[in-house]
Amino acid sequence: MSESVTTTLIENREITLFRGMLRIRRVEEAIADHYPAQEMRTPVHLCVGQEATPVGVSEHLDARDKVMSGHRSHGHYLAKGGDLRAMIAEIYGRETGCSRGKGGSQHLIDLDCGFLGSAPILASTLSIGVGVAWALKHQGTDGVAVAVVYFGDAATEEGVFHESVSFAALHSLPVLFVCENNLYSVHSDLSVRQPARPISDMALAYGIPGITCDGNDVLSVSQVAAQAVSRARLGLGPSLLVFDTYRWLEHVGPASDLELGYRSAEELELWKSRDPLQRLRLRCRANVTGWDAVEQRLETEILDEIVDAFSFARNSPFPDISEMLTDVFPISGVTP
Amino acid sequence: MSRQLTYAEAIREAQEQLLESDQSVYLLGLGVSTPTGVFGTTQGLVDRFGPDRVLDLPAAENGMTGVALGSAIMGMRPIMIHQRVDFAVLSMEPIVNQAAKWHYMYGGSSTAPLTIRMIIGRGWGQGPQHSQSLQAWFAHVPGLKVVMPTTPADAKGLLIAAVLDPAPVIVLEHRWLYDMVGPVEQELLPATIGESKVVRAGQDVTLVGCSYMTLECLRAADVLADHGIHAEVIDLRTIAPLDFETVRRSVDRTGRLVVIDSGHIEFGVTAEILARIVESGVVLKSPPVRLGLPQAPTPATAALADGYYPRAIDVLQAVTRQLGLPSSLPWLTDPDAEFPKDQPNRSFTGPY
Repeated sequence: MSESVTTTLIENREITLFRGMLRIRRVEEAIADHYPAQEMRTPVHLCVGQEATPVGVSEHLDARDKVMSGHRSHGHYLAKGGDLRAMIAEIYGRETGCSRGKGGSQHLIDLDCGFLGSAPILASTLSIGVGVAWALKHQGTDGVAVAVVYFGDAATEEGVFHESVSFAALHSLPVLFVCENNLYSVHSDLSVRQPARPISDMALAYGIPGITCDGNDVLSVSQVAAQAVSRARLGLGPSLLVFDTYRWLEHVGPASDLELGYRSAEELELWKSRDPLQRLRLRCRANVTGWDAVEQRLETEILDEIVDAFSFARNSPFPDISEMLTDVFPISGVTP
Repeated sequence: MSRQLTYAEAIREAQEQLLESDQSVYLLGLGVSTPTGVFGTTQGLVDRFGPDRVLDLPAAENGMTGVALGSAIMGMRPIMIHQRVDFAVLSMEPIVNQAAKWHYMYGGSSTAPLTIRMIIGRGWGQGPQHSQSLQAWFAHVPGLKVVMPTTPADAKGLLIAAVLDPAPVIVLEHRWLYDMVGPVEQELLPATIGESKVVRAGQDVTLVGCSYMTLECLRAADVLADHGIHAEVIDLRTIAPLDFETVRRSVDRTGRLVVIDSGHIEFGVTAEILARIVESGVVLKSPPVRLGLPQAPTPATAALADGYYPRAIDVLQAVTRQLGLPSSLPWLTDPDAEFPKDQPNRSFTGPY
């Protein structure tokens, strides 16, 4: 491979990663901007500051791979290839939403890209994701497809986290447990919830790899995820990946929450200085020819897409009142 | 073609035929592949289908229900098994928050065809945590179907229907029915979920039961018939969605209603049926009666179980009260008064 081709590949990769993170950031900011209009009447858990994890992990996934997430799922959905229009329409409660308005921000789904669902009860999708991996293994796609479950630090406090990891380890299931440790469960600090030891050490008890990694450096995330994905694809079983990161906005909603006093302005500033976008931007500026113009182009493309998605959502109809009682049960009559 | 099988044999046969006919079906539960095989209902199946399709589990009801659910949304047809309903309480989160709502909360785009068998214990001192009858809990949650087969034929047919159904279905099996013998179709044929059945016709009073309590209704109906009172007996078979129309039509004719349930009376199946009868405007000749468990945990000692579990004699007494007959009638004395109410028959020597 010639040096220029290699350079182009590196450039393209970094641009793709940057674009992925920038897109999530701008979508979340757009939601925050529009939220006060009271048209998005659903709790939104925005992931500004945490964009590196989903983008770094998703770099190694394709449409065959299955992803599940928790309440702070917008980034995971978008990075996996979830439809932006359907997500915004869902948050606006429209019938064109990915869940026809019945799920809201916390129940995103896009089966076409392999995003199987998200749910706010902590750790609940962990066990479901393990069941997805069980199916992948027994439906003959083991060695090809993997399941990824995203969750926060507090989910590792739930009993079902341990039940799920133990079972996945026992059966060497193709699943990645991806923990985004942002230090807070709502407003409760990690130090009042867990003993002082790396969360990833819990993997030792189940005999699987457990790795802690800088979750604000997309290249590190990607490197760690690559190993775990390839392990899973080879049938060698699950991994627990813990990405240290930080949420910039309030737990739920569009605003800052420093006035509550549970975390300090200094702490927030420290983490903002580790902004995953800025860190990759500095690399890109050094590596990518004409970076500023490239970034400007990305901003424009993404803005156009966001404007389109919000316009689509706001122009979409609400579900008819008759839908209140539909889809409680699927239509019967299926035969084996 | 039908043969005589026990209730337990019928369940085993249903599972064997389902495993045989559909590769996506698998059984999972603590003890499913062990020698006793969940009271015989899974016995030997692991030898034929292997440990991945008859999957013994860690004692982790919450997580394992999530696993079953995750495989179901991928198109598999898991049959999860709990040896006692009480253990399934540990899995209420994935059942109530996730499986029940799955289809609805994703706008109909995904389904969760999960079947969960739970066994209701009763008697022989099983006490507060081994003999609960929680059908009302599950029936209260939109999105769950709840079936309670009474006969061996229904034990097979309704289990098959549950597995074929695209919704999550809770199958509650009463332990006291396991040795009951009856005709069972040889073929893999589903019964219809959501259909009650008039199992005995009559015009004087409607007795509504489900699961084991249907048998108590039939016993009561036999005695009543000896004295010229003709009771209609309805076996609910499905608790949710409830086939209320069959009940309403019957009560509309008889004007009298006694409902008996294996669960607690308060906020339970009997409460639901009475409420609907009142709302329907059916004219009653006498106040309806509910029978079930009192609002106390299940005591272990047989001494207290005597007053705890309703039986046919309680149905008889309710009906005669409704008819204005004197309570001193000789046939209203319990012939089994000396016989403990915490064992199914005289030959049973325990333990469960």
